[in-house]
Amino acid sequence: MRIDCDVLIIGGGPAGLCAAKTLCNTGLKVLMLERDPFLGGQLVKQTHLFFGSKEQYAGTRGFEIGKLLTEEVTSASNVTVMLETTASGFYLEENFILALEKEKILHQVHFKKVIVATGASEKSLLFEGNDLPGIYGAGAVQTLMNLYGVLPGQDIVMVGSGNIGLIVSYQLLQAGVKVKAIIEAAPVVGGYFVHAAKVRRMGIPIYTQTTIKRAIGQSKLEKIETICLDANWQMVPGTEKTMTCDTLCLAVGLAPMSELLWQFQCDMQYVSELGGYVAKRDSHMQTTHPGVFIAGDVSGVEEASSAMLEGTIAGLSAAASLHQSPESADQLMKASLDFLEGMHLGPIGEKIRSGLSKVEVKSCM
Amino acid sequence: MYVKNGYLELEELGERMPSKERLEQGPVAVLECIQPIPCNPCQEACARKAIQPFQSINDTPVINMDLCNGCGNCISVCPGLAIFVVWKNYREQHGLIKLPYELLPIPEEGETVSLMDRKGEMIGSGKVVKVQQTKHNPKSRIIWVEIPKELVMEVRHIIRSKQDDK
Repeated sequence: MRIDCDVLIIGGGPAGLCAAKTLCNTGLKVLMLERDPFLGGQLVKQTHLFFGSKEQYAGTRGFEIGKLLTEEVTSASNVTVMLETTASGFYLEENFILALEKEKILHQVHFKKVIVATGASEKSLLFEGNDLPGIYGAGAVQTLMNLYGVLPGQDIVMVGSGNIGLIVSYQLLQAGVKVKAIIEAAPVVGGYFVHAAKVRRMGIPIYTQTTIKRAIGQSKLEKIETICLDANWQMVPGTEKTMTCDTLCLAVGLAPMSELLWQFQCDMQYVSELGGYVAKRDSHMQTTHPGVFIAGDVSGVEEASSAMLEGTIAGLSAAASLHQSPESADQLMKASLDFLEGMHLGPIGEKIRSGLSKVEVKSCM
Repeated sequence: MYVKNGYLELEELGERMPSKERLEQGPVAVLECIQPIPCNPCQEACARKAIQPFQSINDTPVINMDLCNGCGNCISVCPGLAIFVVWKNYREQHGLIKLPYELLPIPEEGETVSLMDRKGEMIGSGKVVKVQQTKHNPKSRIIWVEIPKELVMEVRHIIRSKQDDK
């Protein structure tokens, strides 16, 4: 079936929702595709209070933010949402997105502008026995626990002390699961100190310069062997330790899901600071393929607060390029750009700043 | 170092810690937030403007302890659960700590709980004197715990005793 819209938004997470929010009541025909049966993306399982400032809902729990945004977007008459619908490919010559609805209905989606907000996927780790049942990505554990109310196990070791590793460890403790330890290959804790402090005072050790050597078990995970790393990230023989556990949770980073952007033939660049391949873009989130905008983790892995700001910027840019900007668009654009810049200014933003300097191009307009 | 261990040593808090004199004078907020991260809800939560305005969202909070009366408004807005109120001279023999608490089951008033320090080591026992629910954050609680006076700058978490689990 052929569908026509002015602005197509691919992905209904924090970035896509904020893009759609700026386009509410502009008169533009907006279509949002979301592969899950609900909107909100990763927000639906974020039970912790958000950081940032009050404009990005700081101090509110992530899933509540998801609800607020979803209500706003779905109540706008000019926005159509298609759930359980995957944007499976872009056809360059015919200029349409092929979308698969509920695994059986194919649609040809034609659009004037598109905002790609497909998010990121979890990275894994190479070690002996990493395919044993009981070894999960942290995102999977969070989904099982916070969305479906299913405990992944009883005795957990977390690999990775970035914000995801720390937050999921805390949420496991809240669910009554025993978290034995958090191990971290780097010499310092990766995530925000305050997240680390929360799990430390509950008695959970964090072992830095330590990685997993192998997972051991007959038909499922029974124990793991860890090993210390030296200053050059090399394993130090003789420092192996065994820990019994029934679950191992890998929180070792995310990679942007940029497949569609390759199909759009955007200029792509591998930037390790941003998690993998990302599209080059201008400060207003337009890629080198005119009319294709990006927002959220697909444009570089960061926090949800940044994703929301980028979504707002991308939405406003798309509206401006169709000469149908919402009221006080200029003010909102300026405020969002300033906020985003402000978030990147501190020492925590250094990595992101370095990454962005490799992909930001002057103006794609 | 906190970046290596994941917890603060008291020395790392330095001047952010209330002085000995200030501790004697009455309840005061302790903001254990020394790493610049993009976050600022605490400055807006303070009705007495004791938490100084931020220049940048990456600033760490600075509190004017002469203006702070230990009301605890800032505790429930802090997403990092990094703010506590300490009251050394709460009673003749006992001090008090107000701490954020996001676990179930919620402790009950009058209950005896184990006291944990920043490292997660058990350092004594205390008594819950109040369980406070805030408008801002109704699903979690601020727990007021009566503790030994000398531990007000050490206790940062409580654990319920097993037999109390319902």
